[in-house]
Amino acid sequence: MSEPEIKAAVYKILRKIAPEAELDQVRPEENLREALDIDSFDFLNFMIALHEQLNVEIPESDYRKLSSLSELTRYLSVRLK
Amino acid sequence: MAEFRMPSLGADMEEGTLIEWSVKPGDRVKRGDIVGVVRTEKADIEVEVYRDGIIDQLIAKPGETLPVGAVIAVIREEGEEVPALGAPTPPAAAPPPAPTPVPAAHVRASPLARRVAQKVGIDLAGVTGTGPHGEITELDVQKAAETLKKAPAEKPAVPEFRAGIRRAIAAAMARSNREIPHYYLETKIDLQHALKFLEAENQKRSVRDRLLSVILLIKAVARALRDVPELNAYWIDDQLQPKEAVHVGFAISLREGGLVVPAIMDADRKNLDELMQALRDLITRARAGRLRSSEITDGTVTITNLGDLGVETVHGVIYPPQVALIGFGKVIESPWAENGMLGIRPVLSATLAGDHRATDGHRGAQFLTALNQHLQEPEKL
Repeated sequence: MSEPEIKAAVYKILRKIAPEAELDQVRPEENLREALDIDSFDFLNFMIALHEQLNVEIPESDYRKLSSLSELTRYLSVRLK
Repeated sequence: MAEFRMPSLGADMEEGTLIEWSVKPGDRVKRGDIVGVVRTEKADIEVEVYRDGIIDQLIAKPGETLPVGAVIAVIREEGEEVPALGAPTPPAAAPPPAPTPVPAAHVRASPLARRVAQKVGIDLAGVTGTGPHGEITELDVQKAAETLKKAPAEKPAVPEFRAGIRRAIAAAMARSNREIPHYYLETKIDLQHALKFLEAENQKRSVRDRLLSVILLIKAVARALRDVPELNAYWIDDQLQPKEAVHVGFAISLREGGLVVPAIMDADRKNLDELMQALRDLITRARAGRLRSSEITDGTVTITNLGDLGVETVHGVIYPPQVALIGFGKVIESPWAENGMLGIRPVLSATLAGDHRATDGHRGAQFLTALNQHLQEPEKL
């Protein structure tokens, strides 16, 4: 899966979780949870959606590596190679 | 015959608008069945009946706004005779005259118009009704939406829902601060064991079945309330009224702004998976505006967890008639001295807001000690 494809899939999921958020305004290095006002329940739903739609199960110990969009895209790129 | 009245869906509610009935005269109902939807200033709530029987009359009409306590339906017992026609039970109280300016909740509008308005984000207070007695029809809402599209307002109107929820929170919190002499106690809790336990548990589970750390906190609070039952109670008529069941109200923020505090029923009797399922269900329905009346009214204590937002300590405001609120902050890695050794531990700040009419600091301290002890033995939760 290419980076643009991953990004599109991630955006699609995030639009459902934070429908009012302007994703285009979020900088790649910005903290995603702060920028989109995502709480731990929303974040768990995000992980579940990534698992179901991209078939990638992210262990809890890796959550800290996924704080920004750029980190998330890099992480998923490696996992989905 | 039993009168089914407009329920009080929170300390802040004075009136409600019947949105729709989901039953009709002659339908059999059981205690806990959902019979309709009532709109409060905070949300649309699915209203449950409190007894078994047969719906005899539906007195309130969809779209009608009535004060708390007004009779909205009559339920007869199985086998009870149907009363003669033309003798409807009068409402317990007449609706109060509409104040000026007219709040959005008092606007006359058909249920369909209300639904469409909510869907397209139109504030009904700004729509002119062309229906009977000036009632706003669906067509009026559609026209208003088109006008808005063509000529966007210079200043966006505050959505009805958001304004309503702020008013409701304002009323409840003002009452709390006016009536309840709060006292506050805080303790720091070493969460190392609890988080290690959670990590091990979650490693065994698929992502869909993972537990959030707040589940341990909810269960530990429920257990600690069993140890110190005076905090699981209501203060009504100048008396402490302890509650047998532990229904933990959980503050849920809404993405539109504001919050609701529905309860997880019998939290002390649920295992961690059941609690996670209950919380997931509650948050999903709260954010979709599909809570049930008992979930809003039956909470016996409240938890507010602001750790996700980076807050270190929470000093909450008690939700009357409850007598306690437990606040949790962010888990922070901190220096921790134990048995003469200094280490780094994940530390949680837990705060108790107590009603000083109901309990004293001594009981409050016992509760926080019990809470801490339960979190040190997570495998027993």
